[in-house]
Amino acid sequence: METKNIMIVGVGGQGSLLASKLLGHLLCEEGFDVKVSEVHGMSQRGGSVVTYVRYGDRVDSPIIDKGEADFIVSFEKLEAARWVSYLKEGGRVVVNTRETDPMPVITGAAVYPHEVLEGLKTKGVVMDDMDALALAEEAGSSKAVNIVLMGRLSRYFPEIPEEKWLAAIEACVKPKFVELNKKAFALGRG
Amino acid sequence: MKKQLMLGNEAAARGLYEAGCRLVSSYPGTPSTEITEFAATYDEMYCEWAPNEKVAMEVAFGASLKGARSACAMKHVGLNVAADPLYTMSYTGVNAGLVVCVADDPGMHSSQNEQDSRHHAIASKVPMVEPSDSAEALAMMKAAFELSEQFDTPVIYRTCTRIAHSQSLVTLSDRAEIPLRPYVKEPQKYIMAPANAIRRHPMVEARTLALTEYAETCALNRVELAADGNTALGIICSGTCYQYVREVFGDTVNILKLGLVNPLPVKLIKDFAAKVERLVVFEELDPVIETHCRNIGVEVEGKSLFPMVGEFSQNLLRAAFGLPLSETVSADEIIPVRPPVMCAGCPHRGLFYTLSKHKVTVIGDIGCYTLGMAAPLNAVDSVLCMGASVSGVHGFNKIGGAETEGKTVAVIGDSTFMHSGMTGLVNIAYNASNSTVIILDNSITGMTGHQQNPTTGYNIKGDPATKVDLEAFCRAVGIDRVTVVDPYDLAACEKVITEELAAEGPGVIISRRPCVLLKTVKAKPALTVDKDACRSCKKCMKLGCPAIHMEGEGKTAKAVIDATLCVGCGVCEQMCAFGAIQNQEGK
Repeated sequence: METKNIMIVGVGGQGSLLASKLLGHLLCEEGFDVKVSEVHGMSQRGGSVVTYVRYGDRVDSPIIDKGEADFIVSFEKLEAARWVSYLKEGGRVVVNTRETDPMPVITGAAVYPHEVLEGLKTKGVVMDDMDALALAEEAGSSKAVNIVLMGRLSRYFPEIPEEKWLAAIEACVKPKFVELNKKAFALGRG
Repeated sequence: MKKQLMLGNEAAARGLYEAGCRLVSSYPGTPSTEITEFAATYDEMYCEWAPNEKVAMEVAFGASLKGARSACAMKHVGLNVAADPLYTMSYTGVNAGLVVCVADDPGMHSSQNEQDSRHHAIASKVPMVEPSDSAEALAMMKAAFELSEQFDTPVIYRTCTRIAHSQSLVTLSDRAEIPLRPYVKEPQKYIMAPANAIRRHPMVEARTLALTEYAETCALNRVELAADGNTALGIICSGTCYQYVREVFGDTVNILKLGLVNPLPVKLIKDFAAKVERLVVFEELDPVIETHCRNIGVEVEGKSLFPMVGEFSQNLLRAAFGLPLSETVSADEIIPVRPPVMCAGCPHRGLFYTLSKHKVTVIGDIGCYTLGMAAPLNAVDSVLCMGASVSGVHGFNKIGGAETEGKTVAVIGDSTFMHSGMTGLVNIAYNASNSTVIILDNSITGMTGHQQNPTTGYNIKGDPATKVDLEAFCRAVGIDRVTVVDPYDLAACEKVITEELAAEGPGVIISRRPCVLLKTVKAKPALTVDKDACRSCKKCMKLGCPAIHMEGEGKTAKAVIDATLCVGCGVCEQMCAFGAIQNQEGK
C-alpha cells in the first residue's frame, strides 16, 4: 500500500501528542509500518505545533512535506490555514473552528483572519469544520478537543471498525479518563 | 517478539538497557532528554541528572573505569560543555564500554545554534555512530558498546531531532548480563600527565587507522544497489537523510548508507564512486562526508546542491534533482505567526514586567525565561549560552561602570544556575562586581519538560534528595545581599528591584515561585473582567499573558480573560487601576 499521511496541527498544549499516540497505536495494531514525528521543547509553550503520522507497507521519511498530506487535523482555525499547503490534492482538512489568538494578535501587531476557512473552501479545499470545543465540553472536558477530532477523522477510515478506535483509546488514555474520551470520540464521530 | 512503536530516544534507552549498561548520567537538553528519562524507567540501570554535561560525562567515565558499561546524554551544545573530558578520554580509552549520546537540532526547533556534532568526533578522534530510525537507534547503541570495548575508546552516539523525536517500529530483546570488568590501577593509561599522554597520543592515531579499516567492511555501513542495476546515480548519506533518499528514489538509485560516521571509510567510498556515473553526498548541516571524499580524491557534488542551513526533507531533495513537486494550496490572507510564549500564570512574567517597566538591560540565559524577549515585554537584551548571563553582566558592568551598574541585571533559572551560572557568581564576588543577578527559581528544569535538578529537593526518580540552599550558597561565595521575592507580587518586585539596583556591590535576587505547569501547583479559579468597570486602558495587555485579549471595536474594546487558560495568578489584577479584574469572590 502506498504511504498515507496524516498531519496533526494546533497550539502547543492542546494535546496533539495524545492524538498522535492514539493514531500510532491504532495503525500499528492494523499491521502497518508506521512513523510518527513530534516536536518537543520550545514549540510546546503555546507555539504552533505539528505532528506527522505516516503509515503504509514501508514508511521511509519521518516527516510529511508540502502537498503530501491526505488529512490535516487541526485543533485551531488559524493553524489549519497555516499548514494547508501541506495538503495533497484531494486531501481533507478536519478542523476545530474555535479561535485561539496568537501573541501578535493579542498585542495588536497582527489581525486574526476570521474568514480564512471560507476562502480556502472557495479554492476547493475539502473541509470538515466543526466546533470541537463545544462537543468536548459536552463530553465533560474542554481538554478532549483532540479526541473529538479523532472521532471525526475516524469517519474517513471505513476499513477500520469503531471498536478498534475505542480499543486504542483504552490503550493510550489513563483509565480514569477512558469513559470521558470515549464519549468525546462518539460525539466527534457523530 | 512483536514489533512496537517507539520514540527514537526511547529506543536508544532500550539499547542502553539491552547492552547491559549500568549507569547513565546526563543533563537534560532538547532533543536528547528522553534518552535518560526512559533509561530511568529500568531499575537495572542507575540513572541521574547531573548539574551539567561535563559532570555527567566524568561520572560515566568513573563508572567505566570501575568496570561498568556506562553512558551520558546531552544536546549538541552540551557536548561543548563536556568537550574537555571527551578529548582526553579519547587518550585514556575505557575500561568497560562508554557511550556519549549527543542530539543535534538541525532547524533549531529548540536550540540557540545549529552546530554539527560530527566535528567533535573528528577533533577528539572518537568514533561516532548515527542511526536513521528507532530500530537502528536500539541496534547501534548496542553496537556502540561493542565498538567501545573492542577499540578501547569512548563512542559517540549521534542522533538528531527527526530521529530522536520520531516513533518507528522496533523489536525488543533481553538485557545482556555483562559482568563488571575488574578495576586495575594503570597509571600509564589513566593518568593523563604529559609523560603518559605523550605515549597515548600515537595509540589514538593508530586506533583511528584501525577504525578506518573496520569502517571499510563493518555492518554499520552498507551499499544498497539500484534494483534494476542502473549506474546513473549514487548517493552517500547517513541518519535521517537516508530516509529522505529512500522516500524520493526508493530502490532506483545506488545508496551508500553510513552508520559509522567517524572515521569514514576510504576504499568503500572509492569502490562505490567507481560504480556510478554521478556521485552525490546528501548530508544535513556541514559538508563533513563531502570534504572527506575530496580529501581522498573522490569528486562529489554536495553543498553545491543542498543548503548548509536548516533541516532537509524529501521536497528539498526532489527540488535539487529537478523532480516535480506536488501542487499546493495556500490562504490569501496573511497568517499571523504563533511564536511560543510564557504560559498563562508563568511566575517569570511579573518579574520581567517590572524589569521592562524600568527599562533595565537584561543579560539573559537559556530556559523558558528566554521567552521574556518576546513582545510586549521585550525584556531581554542578550542570550548566548548556558550560564552566560552571570558572567556576561559582570563584563558588561566592568566596562559600563556607573553608566550601566544601576540598570543592568543577569537573569538565570535555577537549573541553569546550577549548570554553569554559579561559577560566574563566584567571579562576580571575587572580582568585586557591582552587578545584580536574579535567579528565577521555579523549582524545576522547565523548558525541557520538568526535570529535577539539585535545587528541587528530588532526584530523577522523584525520590527526596539533598536540596541546594540557594541563599546559603550565594552568601557562601561572598554575596552579602541576597533577597527573596515572590514574582506574583508586583509591588514586592518593584521594591526589591529598585532597592537592589540602587545598592552598591554585588547582590542576588531570588525570584521564587514554582512553575505553574507542575502537578503539585494547584490552579486558582480563573479571574473575570467586570466589563462595566473596564476602561479599555489595555494596561493588563502589557503583561503579554496569552489568557487576556481585547474584545470589541477600537477604543471601546474590553479586556476578556480566557477561563480555560487563566490559572488565577492575580498579576493582571494588580495591574488594573479600576478594579475591573476580579477573582471569584468579586474582589
